[in-house]
Amino acid sequence: MIRAGVTLLIRLLCGCQARHLSAPSRSGPRIYFANHTSNLDAIVVWASLPEPCRSNCRIVAAEDYWGRGPVRRWLACRVFRALLIERKRVTRTNNPLTAINACLDEGRSIVIFPEGGRFLDDEPAPFKSGLWRLAKHKPGVELVPVWIENLSRVLPKGEVLPVPILVAVTYGEPLSTEPGETRQSFLDRARAALLALKDSTT
Amino acid sequence: MIDRDMVTLLGIVAAALLLGTITAEIAARRATSDRARSIAQNLRARMRSWWVMAGVFVVSVAIGGVTTIVLFGISSFLAFREFITLTPTRRGDHRALFWAFFVIIPFQYLLIAQERISAFTVFVPVFVFVIIPARMAAAGEVKDFLTRVSRIQWGLITCVYFISHVPALLSLELEGYDGKNATLLFFFILIVQLNDVFQFVTGKLFGRHKIAPLVSPNKTVEGLLGGLIVSGVVGASLAWATPFSPLAAAGIAVGLAFAGFLGDITMSAVKRDIGVKDYSSLLPGHGGVLDRLDSLTFAAPLFFHLVRSMFSGE
Repeated sequence: MIRAGVTLLIRLLCGCQARHLSAPSRSGPRIYFANHTSNLDAIVVWASLPEPCRSNCRIVAAEDYWGRGPVRRWLACRVFRALLIERKRVTRTNNPLTAINACLDEGRSIVIFPEGGRFLDDEPAPFKSGLWRLAKHKPGVELVPVWIENLSRVLPKGEVLPVPILVAVTYGEPLSTEPGETRQSFLDRARAALLALKDSTT
Repeated sequence: MIDRDMVTLLGIVAAALLLGTITAEIAARRATSDRARSIAQNLRARMRSWWVMAGVFVVSVAIGGVTTIVLFGISSFLAFREFITLTPTRRGDHRALFWAFFVIIPFQYLLIAQERISAFTVFVPVFVFVIIPARMAAAGEVKDFLTRVSRIQWGLITCVYFISHVPALLSLELEGYDGKNATLLFFFILIVQLNDVFQFVTGKLFGRHKIAPLVSPNKTVEGLLGGLIVSGVVGASLAWATPFSPLAAAGIAVGLAFAGFLGDITMSAVKRDIGVKDYSSLLPGHGGVLDRLDSLTFAAPLFFHLVRSMFSGE
């Protein structure tokens, strides 16, 4: 019920219209990777996913943002069941990839933001290597690019109050690693697939 | 708020909607080519949206007073949101936009609910036009400053200020017309929306000479004239529901139809400039809220001030 309420609130605020260029639900875990421009990104992707994809999906979010303060922690842990990961002080025991890999092994899909932070540019920053390492851990897993349009206008970095501009979430065609592909060429290809969605929306 | 005149108007609207729905269903049955099928599908979607819009509007007017004002407040909010979504804005506009959505729109409709006519007519063009550019200047971003200010102010004038004149009709004091303002509001909406429909239909049937092909390829001289004539006739025949004589009602209806046409092509020009066909896809077959309300934007303030200066007892 609380989940339905939060979803409704998000939809009232910014529409969250989802466009699927590929079929939304398939068997097997998927890695959704999205551009990151706003703190609301995680909730918006979560709200735009159709059921049953939504309940089978964990959103990978930064512990240092979503773990801070009782409201955020409650939202992240209880409402949209985020997988909180450490970004700042990564050690052998709290390596975020271990937890994400475990999630994929359970057959759950995940949503990650491979830029590793929010950036003010119009285009996404170069991807960090996490996406590649997850793809290597589970060969053959489908990686779906997700372009979030306009959310940086709803709640830009550094602002607290949102503006109710309509947001569109575009899910692209899945891709996977190719044999013999190097890390950098894969990351470039994934980023290009994400950027292609941006151009398809405008 | 419902009296006998209103019930008769409701009957006319229901009959018109029924006629439209039957036409759409027949067109869908008879369609043989792909093109005809897609036109019929669009017509059916349009009619379904019309029923929903008419239902929401009628219920809100029937409950009366504040509900009507809230309905138009929400419409302004949705229209302004569609406009801003499609208009490029920058980081420096964020705080000003927050003010626009959550302070200015509610305040404008609050003034209307309190029937403070002189306050609501100056609030946006004077106070808001001081607050918005000043807030944006204080935000410190100078790139495209004039363009950005103009866009936001244009959105506020058309989507908020102009549209708010529709529920403001409820606060007019008209001699010998006490307690019937909701009927006048109904008359206004009916004429402007019917004109849209008849302009479209006569344009499709007899349209030859395009008025502004680059702006709105469907607008023709024949369609415009057809809309004006039908609006005049409908206006005259509905004079009993208004404080006007039949001749005045016909003249006012023709004026409303023309103002509706001007609002329509102006908002189309804005769409062409932005590079979109519809403002959103909220209303299937029609486009966005602003696509439906575009003809009301210019007609509402003109009608309000005309009626106020000529027929009000003040």
